Amino acid sequence: MSKTASVHSLRTRFAVAEDLEAPAAVSVTVDGRVVEARKGELIIEAAERAGIFIPRFCYHPRMKSVGMCRMCLVEVSGPRGASLQPACFVEVADGQEVFTESDAARKAQEGVLEFLLLNHPLDCPVCDKGGECPLQDQAVSHGPGESRFVEEKRHWAKPIEIGPLVLLDRERCIQCARCTRFAEEVAGEPFIDFAERGDRIEVAIFPGEPFRSYFGGNTVQICPVGALTATPYRFKSRPWDLEQVETTCTTCSVGCRMVAQSSAGALVRYLGVDSEPVNQSWLCDRGRFGFEAVEAPERLNKPLVRSETRLVESTWNQALTAVADRILQTLDGSGPAAVGVIGGSRLANEDAYAWVRLVKGVIGTDNFDAQLGDGLPAELVASLPRATIEETVAAGTVIVLAGDLREELPVLHLRLRQAAANDGLRIIDCAPVATGLEQVATWLPYRPGEAAELARTLVATESGDRVVIVLGRPSLAEPPAEIAAAAAVFAAAWPSARFLSALRRANVHGAIDLGCAPGMLPGRVTLEEAGAFFGEHWGSVPGARGLDTAGMLAAAASGEIKMLVLLGADPLSDFPDRDLAVRALERVDFLVTVDTAPNPSSRLADVVLPAAGYAERGGSTTNLEGRVTRLAAKVMPPGVSRADWVIATELSDRLGAQLGFESLDGIWAEIEKLAPAHSGCTVEALAAPEAADGIVIPLKPSAVQLTRRPLRLDPIATPGIDSVSEQGAPLGAGAAMSPGVEPDVDVRADEDDFADDEFADEEGPGELEALEDEVSPEDVSVPVGNRRPGLVRFAPGDWTGSGSLPPVDESPFRLVVRRGLYNHGTLVQSAGSLAPLAGSQELRLSPQEMSQLGVAPGDEVRVSTPRGELVVAAVGDGGVPSGVALLQFNAVPAHETGASALIDCSVRVVGLDVEKVI
Amino acid sequence: MITRAPRIVTSRVELPDSFTLERYLATGGYEGLRKALSMTPAEVAAEVNKASLLGRGGAGFPAGRKWSMLRRAATTYLVVNGDESEPATFKDHMLIEHDPHQIIEGTAIAAYATGVELAFIYCRGEFALGFERLQQACNEAYEHGALGADVLGSGYGLDIVVHPGAGAYICGEETALLESLEGKRGFPRIKPPFFPAAVGLYGEPTVVNNVETVSNLPWIVSHGGDAFTALGEGSSRGTRLFALSGRVARPGWFEIEMSKTTFRDLIYDPSLGAGIPDGKSLRAFIPGGVSSPWFGPEQLDLGLDQDAVGQAGSMLGSGSVVVMDSDTCPVRAAWRIARFFHRESCGQCTPCREGSGWIEKIMHRLEQGLGREEDIELVLDACDNVSPGLGWPPKQTTICVLGPSIPSAIVSVAKLFRDELLVHVKDGVCPFPPDKVRRG
Repeated sequence: MSKTASVHSLRTRFAVAEDLEAPAAVSVTVDGRVVEARKGELIIEAAERAGIFIPRFCYHPRMKSVGMCRMCLVEVSGPRGASLQPACFVEVADGQEVFTESDAARKAQEGVLEFLLLNHPLDCPVCDKGGECPLQDQAVSHGPGESRFVEEKRHWAKPIEIGPLVLLDRERCIQCARCTRFAEEVAGEPFIDFAERGDRIEVAIFPGEPFRSYFGGNTVQICPVGALTATPYRFKSRPWDLEQVETTCTTCSVGCRMVAQSSAGALVRYLGVDSEPVNQSWLCDRGRFGFEAVEAPERLNKPLVRSETRLVESTWNQALTAVADRILQTLDGSGPAAVGVIGGSRLANEDAYAWVRLVKGVIGTDNFDAQLGDGLPAELVASLPRATIEETVAAGTVIVLAGDLREELPVLHLRLRQAAANDGLRIIDCAPVATGLEQVATWLPYRPGEAAELARTLVATESGDRVVIVLGRPSLAEPPAEIAAAAAVFAAAWPSARFLSALRRANVHGAIDLGCAPGMLPGRVTLEEAGAFFGEHWGSVPGARGLDTAGMLAAAASGEIKMLVLLGADPLSDFPDRDLAVRALERVDFLVTVDTAPNPSSRLADVVLPAAGYAERGGSTTNLEGRVTRLAAKVMPPGVSRADWVIATELSDRLGAQLGFESLDGIWAEIEKLAPAHSGCTVEALAAPEAADGIVIPLKPSAVQLTRRPLRLDPIATPGIDSVSEQGAPLGAGAAMSPGVEPDVDVRADEDDFADDEFADEEGPGELEALEDEVSPEDVSVPVGNRRPGLVRFAPGDWTGSGSLPPVDESPFRLVVRRGLYNHGTLVQSAGSLAPLAGSQELRLSPQEMSQLGVAPGDEVRVSTPRGELVVAAVGDGGVPSGVALLQFNAVPAHETGASALIDCSVRVVGLDVEKVI
Repeated sequence: MITRAPRIVTSRVELPDSFTLERYLATGGYEGLRKALSMTPAEVAAEVNKASLLGRGGAGFPAGRKWSMLRRAATTYLVVNGDESEPATFKDHMLIEHDPHQIIEGTAIAAYATGVELAFIYCRGEFALGFERLQQACNEAYEHGALGADVLGSGYGLDIVVHPGAGAYICGEETALLESLEGKRGFPRIKPPFFPAAVGLYGEPTVVNNVETVSNLPWIVSHGGDAFTALGEGSSRGTRLFALSGRVARPGWFEIEMSKTTFRDLIYDPSLGAGIPDGKSLRAFIPGGVSSPWFGPEQLDLGLDQDAVGQAGSMLGSGSVVVMDSDTCPVRAAWRIARFFHRESCGQCTPCREGSGWIEKIMHRLEQGLGREEDIELVLDACDNVSPGLGWPPKQTTICVLGPSIPSAIVSVAKLFRDELLVHVKDGVCPFPPDKVRRG
């Protein structure tokens, strides 16, 4: 297939959304050029589409205009003649004439620039922003050239630490209010605001309240000067030394688009890319500063093989041979069911596919689970009718039945919060303990273990009209079956309801889609239905459904599973039931870890295989919507570590089966060919510029609407992104930008579409047959008549949970365990700047019960369950209902006893006793 | 010409207990409101329209027309601006301290006429006594039945909240005032929307009137619009309260019939300013507050008339007239005005935030004799970047008019007193040092 042909076919199959508001168009003249604009569009935006760049500082395309900096003053004709108006605030009007370079406009712009520089220190050589600074650039392009200011500039102590990650240099601040507006308007965390007035005005925190925002890095990203700097990047590099690739963040499953920037071969900075359907240029701090974990010195860089009691450095040959021999030995002695593989969410799609083919097609075991007992059944996630983020924020009602999204999926939280706060989205938050959505949502508390009961109440009282359910795990101490049962209640009562998965692990959705789950095969199909099809293509598939992680650990603990492979998984830290994990890993005969960094589980391994980490390998990833985006490699993996797919391929070779994989694209081509859900989503489609924001699978029978990346000529929106087509041309020093830019596209789901089209029943993938025309016969040989199997279908009857009987309380409290953004897991703890942010462990109780127990805030209490006990400080929290106690998962270092010591994953409710330590 | 016009807003302020309800009722208080309540709101508004009452806050917008612009909505508000903070302006201060009931009554009339059921009086925070008396008057009015669910038995309900400012001049700007009332930082709102009458307090349609404006209403309703229009000429009707200060023998406030009285009368008439003391002569005067361009002796015969002063290139503004005699250093006066605006700029717009400080610095060094000759053009160009063209009425590169108010004094000095400026530069010292100016 030639490149031209593929791009052409892309354009026909993937309809690019066009401006739907054309009827309301008005015609304005900007510097003599006639521009068609939408009614309500700002002059600055309309001019941009005409290729005319108007200078600006406070304007940001993702925030409300305030017209404060006055840099964008242009002359606008009006009933009383032309006057100077801020282009970022004044809307277009039919017949309006705008002059951006008239004498008056130029003088005003130069005047503002000169004013801005009066008190701005000229310390560009030591300023992080120097070289990518909108003030520097626009001083050259729109400034007077030299200053007439001969006085002493304003001086202030600097920098001041306003939060753990952000430093403020008040001398450099130009008071554009981008950071304060972001904090209030976007993040809903108004920790910073202006203090004082006039030229003594400063961005400040409130006394005793540091800037503890999970999104603070965004204020650094959008600061148009060097006033806000982030400690992890400060003085690390100069912009001209940076190289960058656009990629997707895989810290959680939201899949924010971003650029990874490196200097001298090391990652130094991530910046959010404005991906309309997903992150709209924002990142959370955990994702943004997670690059430190990639660069951590403790990364695995050589294979390790256990010799006596120690793990010693080895070679790939020795290590892989040891693993392969052991696999063959186990297969001979005990059969494939004695091998289990836990993990896969860390992997790229191609890696996951390679491992699935190895594990299910070659080794022949179905014991493979990408989730660690903290997720939901794969068939459920794969079969529920889905909503995208865009559809979710445009829904009539969003029901959240998940953990605290602010902690687990921060940018999804941001999108929901913004939609609720600014657009009136109705959110019902079903949570045993209040969450970060408290201020914008209606909180419906439910008793842990009774999610399905709450669902039954809701479907009896709510209309179910245009509902999206955000489905995750509200508590790790509540078994997934209860949440699955609740989901089934919703789905059965409201056939038009859609679901957005809130499983949080990086590529857990890609892993599930590709079969890293018991009973599943690539393409959202079941082993039962698609076994024959894949058997034909792979040679063989497991004969019976395997175990999930809880099952595998139990089987390992009882000796039935003899060999476990931890594929980027650390059950000792991450499995909710630590007791079971310990028994399993101590009992299992042979333990293999494939990972990027050592962790508590890998220390017990017999063989440790070092894997290439984030930004060290390419491939693709699938986010919680099912959106597939491309990952990019920017830096070299440490030592001799290898990509996971290479490890799978090599291991397969040693087992005597050639997978035949030679490249990521080759693997993807096979996925696209065989996996029903991925059909039509070709390598070319994913690589096309139109698909920069990814492609949601499965493709719809109708043309797929791609979200054309807004081609904003706004180098000021995110300073420091080396702008290419994604974010607009680099700043041309005020010169006209390249013509022919394409209009912004509004990709919000149209409300009617939402109800009629988007929510209509999916057609089976067989309907995608026509798309196979795209695949040339040489590349793919689908046997004639060998129809792909159908996608797994949702069957409410499969998910009954524990029935409707409420559990009987034998203890005064029911335990709720949730994850926090910063914890003692490996990723956070190997990122030097984030590690100290992990709080200490505390038990949260309702203030009333605190006093009933005679416990003052901070007092130590002993909490115990049938599984174990620990001593912890208690804190009163108005967001905790009575009879409920909240602990954070992974809130202590791995060697200490944490919440996982209390959880029995086989019971519906974990009862908790609390007593004061005297 | 000194006329024998009635005292409309200051009839009782010189009585020692003028601020009490007792005195107020004894001098005809709340009769205007009672009469208004016997009329329909439209009739009240028509009477005020007939009076051609111009707003007394500074912009001089016709009060009746402002009311008629109020967008119809379920909730509307009336806000009375008592945040008088400009140097040399002290008329509202006096009304608040000495006749608070008149303000309450006027507010009630305005609220009734505009259909408002909740009004706010925003009182400058530094008016400690004034705020206390206003709050006391408000409490008394509730007890008297002039406020509350059933105003004077009419069935009309009105609540008034007296709210103190927190010490920012900018909160006298009506949109900054609304922000401040809402509990936010006092940043003027960007336009559009242009008028609080469309989008005002808490986003609802809001009328904003000055303290002196509403103080006229009891008299207008009691005596009829025609009686008010019988005073003054042209568009400037009724009387107006002027705050006279600077180098005059009798500084203070004077209620004067508009148009007919001239600046010369105001400054020199023995019953008013009584002339310039110590045998000095007039160098210049500021006709309408520190944001207005200055006049020289040649404009003394202009009437105290909004249009006439406007045509002459300045404004009556807030009604404060400042007199400078031949010992007053105009450069120093302009610097002090620039310093005021620098201190009071809210910091929102770059030209005002940064420009005000720079302009002050340049003016300061010129005044100290440390300036360069090119500093004169420099400061004018800096002013030009805040208010392009340096014309009148001023154009602006800012959201509100505080910034464009800065150049008035400086342009006036450059135009009227360039020689004096050059002497400062050449001699390296101020020729009119303040310690040589005797204080009268």
